[in-house]
Amino acid sequence: MSLFDHSIKEIEEKLHNNEITVAELVETSYNRIKEVDDEVHAFLTLDEENAIEKARELDRETNKSNKLFGIPSGIKDNIVTKALRTTCGSQFLRNFEDPLYNATVVEKLNAENAVTIGKLNMDEFAMGSSNENSSYTPTRNPWNTDYVPGGSSGGSAAAVAAGEVLFSLGSDTGGSIRQPAAFCGVVGLKPTYGLVSRFGLVAFASSLDQIGPLTRSVEDNARVLEVIAGHDKMDSTSANVDIPEYTKSLTGDVKGLKIAVPKEYLAEGVNPEVREAVMRALKVYESLGATWEEVSLPHSKYAVATYYLISSSEASANLARFDGVRYGVRSENADNMMDMFKKSRSEGFGEEVKRRIMLGTFALSSGYYDAYYKKAQQVRTLIKNDFDKIFENYDVVIGPTTPTPAFKVGEKIDDPLTMYANDILTIPVNLAGVPGISVPCGLSEEGLPIGLQIIGKHFDEGTVYRTAHAFEQATDHHTKKPQLGGAK
Amino acid sequence: MAEISKDQVKHVANLARLEMNDQEAEMFTEQLSSIITFAEQLNELDTEGVDPTTHVLELKNVMRKDEPRKWITKEEAMKNAPDQENGQYRVPSILSDGKE
Repeated sequence: MSLFDHSIKEIEEKLHNNEITVAELVETSYNRIKEVDDEVHAFLTLDEENAIEKARELDRETNKSNKLFGIPSGIKDNIVTKALRTTCGSQFLRNFEDPLYNATVVEKLNAENAVTIGKLNMDEFAMGSSNENSSYTPTRNPWNTDYVPGGSSGGSAAAVAAGEVLFSLGSDTGGSIRQPAAFCGVVGLKPTYGLVSRFGLVAFASSLDQIGPLTRSVEDNARVLEVIAGHDKMDSTSANVDIPEYTKSLTGDVKGLKIAVPKEYLAEGVNPEVREAVMRALKVYESLGATWEEVSLPHSKYAVATYYLISSSEASANLARFDGVRYGVRSENADNMMDMFKKSRSEGFGEEVKRRIMLGTFALSSGYYDAYYKKAQQVRTLIKNDFDKIFENYDVVIGPTTPTPAFKVGEKIDDPLTMYANDILTIPVNLAGVPGISVPCGLSEEGLPIGLQIIGKHFDEGTVYRTAHAFEQATDHHTKKPQLGGAK
Repeated sequence: MAEISKDQVKHVANLARLEMNDQEAEMFTEQLSSIITFAEQLNELDTEGVDPTTHVLELKNVMRKDEPRKWITKEEAMKNAPDQENGQYRVPSILSDGKE
């Protein structure tokens, strides 16, 4: 059995009919990891003993009606898991073996009896677009290991693409779920800000961060979101809204759907192969009875600058908690407390994390706050207004997820601004707080996946999923698999 | 064009509680200058009278009663500490006299 072969719903049926056991399912997952993870490096920590024990317990259960019963899953390593090492991809937390509680999303997965296989690799503290900022061995793209898997949820995307788990959780601050999903040919959703609790997500930029699912199909994705979404009193930014059954919105019907295509999303700088793949997708929507028109998001060119000022400012405040006092590493070379703070942080943080803390501290410092941070928050309003205006007349916005397919390891890592520009199509979505999904829409000539991005109104994940699902059903892009380790 | 000096970088590093040698300070001076220059494209936009975004959903402040509830125990809170003594976090002396 391969985890590639079945949807979560099909696995559920097989468990119900006693065709397979959870123990077999979990074993398949670990076998696949042993087979391919030396190449992919998606996992930082495995929880094999506990997962196998839990699988055996679940196999003794007579009631198997939970939504994710027995499903092998991976959790991005910035989502806190009780008593399971949580490093955020950072050396600062290399010894953080014994977290005290589970993130709300992990509690919710546990309540539905999903099985946690392990913790997934990432750019340090979610800062990066290639996984090359992981302070451990960076994850590689399962489609071609010379290429990056994207980031920062690179491990989450690669683990699903490589068939190591059936779904994973990632986090998305400026594209960190959708961009790696696009690069690895899987489905990744960044929910509306506030839909999924951030309690237990190690904060990077609190006004932008959202947890979301990565899966092989839209249906699987909707199923996971149904479980993890919902109000949480432990997160004061959590929205108190009703959570619909997203799987019920997957009707395949997009007749009359009004699609907006921002001209800025197909402009110069977007690779021709990517542009063509998106144009083909729009033809598919036409054939299904939807209509599309070109629109403008005039402020989107300011999104990258806005994002780096806001996210780095918030990060500089959030990462102040890593002081070497209560958890994490402490430098042994300090002889007073200030020295200990500085040395612990400087030894524990990588270069990109320091760069963002520096940028954020500068943007918030006396004399510069109005010119940089406040200005960025004002431009953020303009970017959000662009979306509000379009959504008065259209149901969804569609464009590419990324300007190019995956790039080579080492290609962009030496130039921060080039790396940042890679997120130009995903960042506006976080700034506006709206939901966005990436679904596979073709392969490049080099055989690398291309992602189609579908953006919806606040809390309208149902329409986003319906639109994504209709495309998926009309095409076969999602059935393509990487040729890694002999997978067919 | 934003010019950030090496001294300014060292000042910011101190505020951020980061240690920085000369070589690193030079690298960050160059990189932060180019990032800040890039960010200054925002000045092309007239934002007079535009409200800064404080929250994308215009949520109201969330209040709750200040009631005690069960959370982690003191022992648990100490479990991941790099150094501790008598159930408290232990840190180096705050003031240094230059000697151990």
